[in-house]
Amino acid sequence: MSEIATDVVTREGSGVNDLVTRDAAKGSRKTTTTRAPSSIEVYREDFSMQKAGPAWLNQLRAKAIERFEALGFPTTKNEDWHFTSVAPIAERSFRSAIIDADSITAEGSDRRESSRRRSDAVNALGVKPADVASFSFGQNDWHQLVFINGLFDRALSSIDGLNGKLRIDSLARAIEDGSPSVEIHLGRIAAFDQHAFTALNTAFVADGAFIELANDAVVEKPIHLVFVSGGEGVSQPRNLIVAGRHSRVTVIESYVSLRESPYFTNAVTEIAVGEGAHVDHYKLQRENQSAFHVGTVQARQARNSTLHSFSFAVGGALARTNIYTSLDGDAATCTLNGLYLTDGTQHIDNQTSIEHLAPNCPSHEVYKGVLDGRSHGVFNGKVYVHPEAQKTDGKQSNNNLLLSPHARVDTKPQLEIFADDVKCTHGATVGRLDEMAMFYLNSRGIGAETARTLLTYAFAADVIETIELAPLKAELEKIVLARFADSPT
Amino acid sequence: MLEINDLHAGIGDREILRGITLNVNAGEVHAVMGPNGSGKSTLAQVLAGNPSYEVTSGTVRYNGQDLLELDPEVRAQNGIFLAFQYPVEIPGVSNAYFLRSAYNEIRKANGQEELDPLEFLDLVEEKLKLVDMDQAMLSRSVNQGFSGGEKKRNEIFQMAVLAPRLAILDETDSGLDIDALRIVAEGVNKLRSPENATIVVTHYQRLLNYIVPDFVHVLANGRIVKSGGKELALELEARGYDWIPSLTEAGTSVGSTA
Repeated sequence: MSEIATDVVTREGSGVNDLVTRDAAKGSRKTTTTRAPSSIEVYREDFSMQKAGPAWLNQLRAKAIERFEALGFPTTKNEDWHFTSVAPIAERSFRSAIIDADSITAEGSDRRESSRRRSDAVNALGVKPADVASFSFGQNDWHQLVFINGLFDRALSSIDGLNGKLRIDSLARAIEDGSPSVEIHLGRIAAFDQHAFTALNTAFVADGAFIELANDAVVEKPIHLVFVSGGEGVSQPRNLIVAGRHSRVTVIESYVSLRESPYFTNAVTEIAVGEGAHVDHYKLQRENQSAFHVGTVQARQARNSTLHSFSFAVGGALARTNIYTSLDGDAATCTLNGLYLTDGTQHIDNQTSIEHLAPNCPSHEVYKGVLDGRSHGVFNGKVYVHPEAQKTDGKQSNNNLLLSPHARVDTKPQLEIFADDVKCTHGATVGRLDEMAMFYLNSRGIGAETARTLLTYAFAADVIETIELAPLKAELEKIVLARFADSPT
Repeated sequence: MLEINDLHAGIGDREILRGITLNVNAGEVHAVMGPNGSGKSTLAQVLAGNPSYEVTSGTVRYNGQDLLELDPEVRAQNGIFLAFQYPVEIPGVSNAYFLRSAYNEIRKANGQEELDPLEFLDLVEEKLKLVDMDQAMLSRSVNQGFSGGEKKRNEIFQMAVLAPRLAILDETDSGLDIDALRIVAEGVNKLRSPENATIVVTHYQRLLNYIVPDFVHVLANGRIVKSGGKELALELEARGYDWIPSLTEAGTSVGSTA
């Protein structure tokens, strides 16, 4: 049963479509098994089909897949996943959206299956520049890197004005080039010994964004990473941001879909924030309502560095965002803010972790949630103040607004302090729209619908206000207004 | 303009208004006075349509319409304005946005064109002077972090912008020092016209030195027990509320006659 398969493949870096013709593989491993493989076995299978990289990467991936298999998917018995069941992800076999054609042939997997998957991986999603532009906040002069199912698409991307102090590229190319920073930092910031999804992502490190700033480099234009996904597979982008001493950069990650489809995104971003460096990081999760999303951003901050993070989550059937940072040097500062809007039967989980490892570090955190329909929101914020972290100034709050009697939120702010000279506060609230405020607006001629929209918007507004990037702030304001202007209740 | 007839209302099982009858005509200023707990604020809230209060019997007609049938926003669109005793703080909504929304909703409901932000700014600049307020307060969140006096001035400012036909001032004088009181009263007086009417709800007579009423009604236990001209307020000031015969007895309202 030999056949010739013809596939159109966009190769990363070439910028053109190559016509690739290959011999199809013979046979199928599926004929040798009598039961359907578990999702973990499927990941192992796709793992073994990956194109090999440099030795250090192969070792990292191998360690990671072993760790993933040992950990398995987390259950609700795991404290970090107490309110979120990942069964819908664990019970499905998402095939890898990026399996290199060479590996597939070598491994001899099912030809039809692999060619379908491969055509998913290239721009078979039919993403056009105009589609991407709709997610670009009306900005066309920013650096923009577009990824289709996790694969860098140079044709849709625009990067310019680079100099010796700044590198913006695909991670795939940085690995190929043997960039020393990649080997130094990759897998060293986002620990995977306890995090199954990070382990899984690390086992499949192949592509994503690589941003490297030399000491004192200041990048004026924001760098926008757009991850467009579709199909029914898994894409696992891996991003690495290395900000040298006293450098400054703004990075936005957008996770978007063009149409409804139940794919899985499992993204990891590592950020090394050098001494005195300033990184503004925005994560916008706007996947379609059938999608699954786990996204981890993990930073390590050197002394006097600043990280401003804003996480916006509105999409996905089941979505989890982890924003983790460790304040690793004296007087490092972080602000972790976030907003999640849930509706229908969505489940959106937000977890943050701030590790105070050094003295004199302020950390501020405000997360807000607006929950409608039968949706379920989760906030779990951890602040650990280690014994050496004296003079820590930590503030954390999480406020939730329930718009429907069937919506639910679980909030768990956690503060663990092992130093004795610190100032830390935390708190959480869950409430409904204030009836007196409703009546006040009504009494001024503002109808019930508009009043509800206005108050809901106002609830979210003060956290949106913290966004310094004006076009982004305007976009989020628009999304929030549009979302609640249509609310039926 | 406003005809209240045997109005009964309360919260839950507790009846607070026990048969209010009162007529207010265009061009008139009525003062509703009375001791704490007499039902003054309830009357104001019921007229504005606060859904926390339930009307159990009686009627209220406003320009010939059944007022009690109307949602609060429709009452406002028809020209009723309540200056709140305790103005509500709304974090995250700027005064300017709030007031422009209100203004435009009212315009829209009356088939008039909406104003854009710049046109609106021209309008409000003039009204700000009326209550001696700084333009900076336009960009602040509604009543958030305002002092007691600022909140009351903000109510009168809103009233000036929305230009109601029937204004109800609920204890607008409480918590005001004498200067703020004068500013607020002057604001109200400038808005008086033969087409408009005002109901001033107050515990103390002193506001009535500045806003001179045409009629004064004394409310006790949810009923109007005495009505008279402006001199009644002075008498109350001199003698307190205790001299009024039988505060518990059903009083007969003698509000203005149409």
